[in-house]
Amino acid sequence: MKSDRLKPALLLSPLVLFLGLAYLVPFLGVMQWSVTLPEPGFGQYGKAVTDPLIQSVFFRTFRICLIVTVCAVAAAYTIAYVWVRGTPAQRLVTELCILIPFWISVLTRAFGWVALLSNRGLINTWLQAAGIISEPLTMVRNEFGVVLGMMHFLIPFAVFPIASAMRSLDERVFLAARGMGASRLRIFWSIFVPMTMPGILGAGLMVFVFALGFFITPAILGGGRSVMIAELIYLRLFQSPDWGLGAAISVILMLIVGALLILMLRLVRPNKMLG
Amino acid sequence: MKPTPIAVFLAFVVALFLILPLIAVVPVSFTPARFLSMPTDVWSLRHYQALLDNPAWLQSIWLSLRIGILSSVIATLLALMFSLGIWMFRPWFGSLLFGFVLLPMVAPPVVSAITLYFFLTTLSKMNDIVAYDTWVGVAVAHAVMIAPFAVVMITVALAQVDRRIDLAARGFGASVSQRVFKVILPNIKFGIFTAFFLSFVLSWEEIGVTLFITSVDAVTLPRMMWMGLRDNIDPAIAAISVILIGIVISVILVKTAVTFKLSRRT
Repeated sequence: MKSDRLKPALLLSPLVLFLGLAYLVPFLGVMQWSVTLPEPGFGQYGKAVTDPLIQSVFFRTFRICLIVTVCAVAAAYTIAYVWVRGTPAQRLVTELCILIPFWISVLTRAFGWVALLSNRGLINTWLQAAGIISEPLTMVRNEFGVVLGMMHFLIPFAVFPIASAMRSLDERVFLAARGMGASRLRIFWSIFVPMTMPGILGAGLMVFVFALGFFITPAILGGGRSVMIAELIYLRLFQSPDWGLGAAISVILMLIVGALLILMLRLVRPNKMLG
Repeated sequence: MKPTPIAVFLAFVVALFLILPLIAVVPVSFTPARFLSMPTDVWSLRHYQALLDNPAWLQSIWLSLRIGILSSVIATLLALMFSLGIWMFRPWFGSLLFGFVLLPMVAPPVVSAITLYFFLTTLSKMNDIVAYDTWVGVAVAHAVMIAPFAVVMITVALAQVDRRIDLAARGFGASVSQRVFKVILPNIKFGIFTAFFLSFVLSWEEIGVTLFITSVDAVTLPRMMWMGLRDNIDPAIAAISVILIGIVISVILVKTAVTFKLSRRT
């Protein structure tokens, strides 16, 4: 009887202990930084909420994340539709175009956008050679580049929950609608979209949560001009050593993400999202 | 209900959007210039040569390989034991523990980064091996980040195992270790391999956390690329990107071809 209790513990405890020591305890340490550096108290939280510069970074982050979420989910819906319901050839092409970027690192992908959009990049060189423009268009080192780069990173993640929602539909519903004389457009908007809504919401929340903590893509494509919240934490830690403030902003970010995750679990059952 | 031509057209616009930046890297990598630009008349291999000539690139690749292997061994092993424990014994607090071990996956990467920075700088005061800016330290931090993914992959594999096989073995008096090694593990071999492979890839390309926990000694390949991307962009980044993209595309094409062949056979 005793060994029956011991064996599960032996299997379960190594990972739980490892993450407890290497993740949970240090996170409590970060929380401690946020209320003790440079002096004890909640001063850093007050500063994080009232400082106009930090406020503007929070607003910019929310604005960019909202734009990116809407665009990425719309694009993911379009490509998922053909991936799930297209001809075998269409399915193969869309699948490769989803999977190849998915497996390539965030750095390489951000660099791809630099190669495409920078002043001496592909688009500007071609447009100039074709005589359409005389001066290169500024497309990176600003918010435009950040939005494109983040969309590119997040579309494949959004495709998976949407595609699994589309796969689980009952084909007979469309036949019935057809039989009762509904047009294709009406079937799409009145049946197909509402029935895949859990996938859309799940994908949207997931993309939004991912986007909030984004750091690498905005840092490379924003060129320090449109700083987002995650990059601000990095700067507070390593460029103007202000650990207390960096830690306080991290804790706030964690709380926001935690609230969104709880909302996500309420809205969509997780087993539906994993498919 | 097949997609209309308009839907197919829109989907291919999205597909182009996903692929175009990867294609744009290719011509840039052959530029003869020392700065990021498109080659005009001459195509040059100088930036590929630079990868071989500069020992820092090869060193960073070797370092990333070591870190990737160590961290994915740690993560896969711990995740395997954990998932087995949950699957075999189904403790009442299982879903609570499951939620806890997924934390590093769902928390914003920057929060994990500052947390692991705290962890490693604290350990640095006690030892020199698992510490800030050492390769073992980075491997341990990566193991924290990738373990949740390994848990998910192995749990998915276990969900497909027929419990009755295990019950039968148990009924015939097999011990826990016999059930694990002779019954369950042979059934989830492929899942374990997938978990290990995914863990390795995630560690190999990890940059968000690595940036916080390394400075000058443990320069992994992504960290090396990051340094070349920040200020004056080094076209050597384009050359290494082309190689990495090439590897990913060949692996995916081989996998697609194999699945296609297998599906035709049955």
